[in-house]
Amino acid sequence: MKTMRRLNFWLKAGQALALAVAVCFTLGATDPESRFNAMSHKLMCTCSCSEMLGECNHVSCPTSPDELALLRTGVDTNLSDKQIMDSFVDKYGATVLAAPTKQGFDLVAWIAPFAVFAAALLGTILLIRHWVSTSPKLEPAAAGPEMDALRERIRRETGADGGYPV
Amino acid sequence: MATFGSFALLIALALAAYNLLAGGVALRLLATGQRAPISPERLADTARRAGIACFFAVIAAAFALVYSAFTNDFRITYILEHSNRALPGPYKFAVMWSGQEGSLLLWALLLATYGFVLRLTHKMDVKLYAYAGTILAAVQVFFLAILNFAAPPFALFRGEVPPDGNGLNPLLQYPEMVIHPPMLYLGYVGFCVPFCFALGALMMRYPGEKWIRITRGWTMVAWLFLTCGIFLGMHWAYAVLGWGGYWGWDPVENASFMPWLTGTAFLHSVMMQEKKGMMKSWNVWLIFATFLLTLLGTLLTRAGLVSSVHAFAQSSIGSWFYVFMLLVLATCIFTYIVQRSHLKSEQHVESLVSRESSFLFNNLVLLVACFVILWGTLFPILSEYVQGTKVTVSAPFYNAVAIPIGLFLVFLTGVGPLLPWRSTSLRAIRRNFIVPVIALWATVLVVLAAGARPYHDGAFDSGQFYALVAWSVSAAVFAAILSEFLRGGAVIGKQTGKNIFASMILLTRRNTRRYGGYLIHIGVVIIVIGLAGAAFNRNVEKELGLHDRILIGPYTMECVGFSDDSNSNYDSQFALFDVYKGGKKQFQMSPEKRTYLASQQPQTMVAIHSVPEWDLYVVYEGINPANGHPIVKAFLNPLVSWIWAGVGLIIFGTFIALAPSISPSQASLRVPATRAVPAEPAMHGGQP
Repeated sequence: MKTMRRLNFWLKAGQALALAVAVCFTLGATDPESRFNAMSHKLMCTCSCSEMLGECNHVSCPTSPDELALLRTGVDTNLSDKQIMDSFVDKYGATVLAAPTKQGFDLVAWIAPFAVFAAALLGTILLIRHWVSTSPKLEPAAAGPEMDALRERIRRETGADGGYPV
Repeated sequence: MATFGSFALLIALALAAYNLLAGGVALRLLATGQRAPISPERLADTARRAGIACFFAVIAAAFALVYSAFTNDFRITYILEHSNRALPGPYKFAVMWSGQEGSLLLWALLLATYGFVLRLTHKMDVKLYAYAGTILAAVQVFFLAILNFAAPPFALFRGEVPPDGNGLNPLLQYPEMVIHPPMLYLGYVGFCVPFCFALGALMMRYPGEKWIRITRGWTMVAWLFLTCGIFLGMHWAYAVLGWGGYWGWDPVENASFMPWLTGTAFLHSVMMQEKKGMMKSWNVWLIFATFLLTLLGTLLTRAGLVSSVHAFAQSSIGSWFYVFMLLVLATCIFTYIVQRSHLKSEQHVESLVSRESSFLFNNLVLLVACFVILWGTLFPILSEYVQGTKVTVSAPFYNAVAIPIGLFLVFLTGVGPLLPWRSTSLRAIRRNFIVPVIALWATVLVVLAAGARPYHDGAFDSGQFYALVAWSVSAAVFAAILSEFLRGGAVIGKQTGKNIFASMILLTRRNTRRYGGYLIHIGVVIIVIGLAGAAFNRNVEKELGLHDRILIGPYTMECVGFSDDSNSNYDSQFALFDVYKGGKKQFQMSPEKRTYLASQQPQTMVAIHSVPEWDLYVVYEGINPANGHPIVKAFLNPLVSWIWAGVGLIIFGTFIALAPSISPSQASLRVPATRAVPAEPAMHGGQP
């Protein structure tokens, strides 16, 4: 009965989550201006200001007007993101991309953080499980007036329900 | 003054070297029990006094540099390159950290100041402080040697001295820049002190955990300064750089964030050692790593390793840092290997779902975050080495990788304090988590109903998705912490008869560490809420004629004038806007662009109108050379002021956590006299 109730709870939670995701995923349509904006934040300004193309604000910047024009042309002519990126790499070199690509050695940049996170998480869980399985079980505390007083004091300081973590 | 400053630095080096040598010999004699013509205690005391004298010598050198800036002594190359006659007085102080040599002198000065305090308070534990003071002297020798031989701040200009200097970098001519670098350096340098204590305690096989309590206090102070430094830097970037953001994942920003992460991990895991005798090796290595990361941060700005807006010109002192870092690392490894038996844990975690394991996971996530940032910062170098081509690792990478990890950390911030020590039951978990879970889902619904859409314009909007998650998790964490305060306050209220607010204040005063920590967590949550607002930033860029208008969000900005001005330090162009909301004029804004005369470098001065919902942020970008029209960019950045408010709460919480707790007054409790337990320490030793 208890298992059924728990299963029921998780089913409902799953349904709620699926509904929320569905609501989020059924809205909107593509807009060239937001694509231009999004792409300009995947590229760097090459004037050595170390800012992303969409954020470079130098009026007399020697490179960002040309880059923005190239990006505008790419978006207006409906090139794919990859084609636009490739045209930038051809013209300005690989450092024009604001993040490593997801191919070749660059892929390592993306994989390593999650691999380390997963390994560390797994390692920690295994370590705790090992500690739990090898830790000696505690003997129940002996009864006596000192222990009673201590218990009373703990109750007093942690609240009557005992659930207040100390 | 140049001669005086140079001599002061030389004397400081001699004193630090004496402190190191005499202190080392004295500690060796004490450890081995060998006989010597002078008692080791007296020798150690002379070393300590030399350390104190070194502080005054470094103060004299720093004074000489600042005095030279104020008196426009352009015979000194450093002053010539970083100051000019028209520079306003407060910025003459900033000259000290505007260049390589001066900033190293600031390092040495702050290190000497920390050393001065450490050596004056040696009576807390004479032997431990002697070890720490001697190790600190070794670090001082390194920095003073660089200042004397590799990057002397008092080097004289060769040739005819120009009548005026090159001026201070315009980016530094902003009030916050007078305090941001010293704050950051106070944090960086401050982590040297816990390092010295940790290494010293390990070398002497310090009995007990007192050293960790001493170290924790120093670490909290350094952490507080670093936190202030980082956020002052963010605010400066926001107000001065004019791109509408506050954090650009610049390598040097990253370098300041990494020791903050490991320092934060230490401040959490140190509680495990104090309360349970666990994680001793881990804590020692966290402190070692934090100090090494501060050195790495200093190296990154100086060795030309990575390109950054913060970096000084490439110089030869990078090799000094490589050698010193290797030396520090070797010393740490050697000492750890020799003394590792002293660091055996007394207990282990007893359950996967417990306060102890939440601390472990918290440390894990903080260190993974640190790794991610280090990895992203150094990947361009690795890529160049492996592929022969450099790549850029900027915001898109960190947003994709670091944000999910950060959100998981925020989640743990809420979960950890709800779990009891040792182990827990399903019933207790359900009882403790019901309120936060309700808060989480209620926030999801409210945010979706308010119009946030993780998927719109035909594409997945990761920014809005993360904002949704960040706000929901923040609400849950806030609910969890608030329920902790309320529950504790209710217990105190029952005992004392005070109202709930007075009870919560009393609760906090009785356990400042725990509830100060909770306040810090609330500060972090408020910052996360503010950071998530960036997903909804808007901006408009426009060329404007007189009485032209810009519409952004609820505001209409009308240009009512543009003009220029000039003073002895800079020329400026600015525009004046009347800002309307709902058809009514609300306020005026005047963004500005300056060109500093000495350096001929331009600088934006952003106009910001801040309210809790958003910042209206206006940048005067300059004049279009084609038609003479000014170009203005306006941003509407939601919730930015929450970030600064959160920092305020973090600072307040840290002060609370540093304050000593009061003992519960037996008189104020309604406990029968026969049941009162008079002389025991308080039981509520839990920390967040």
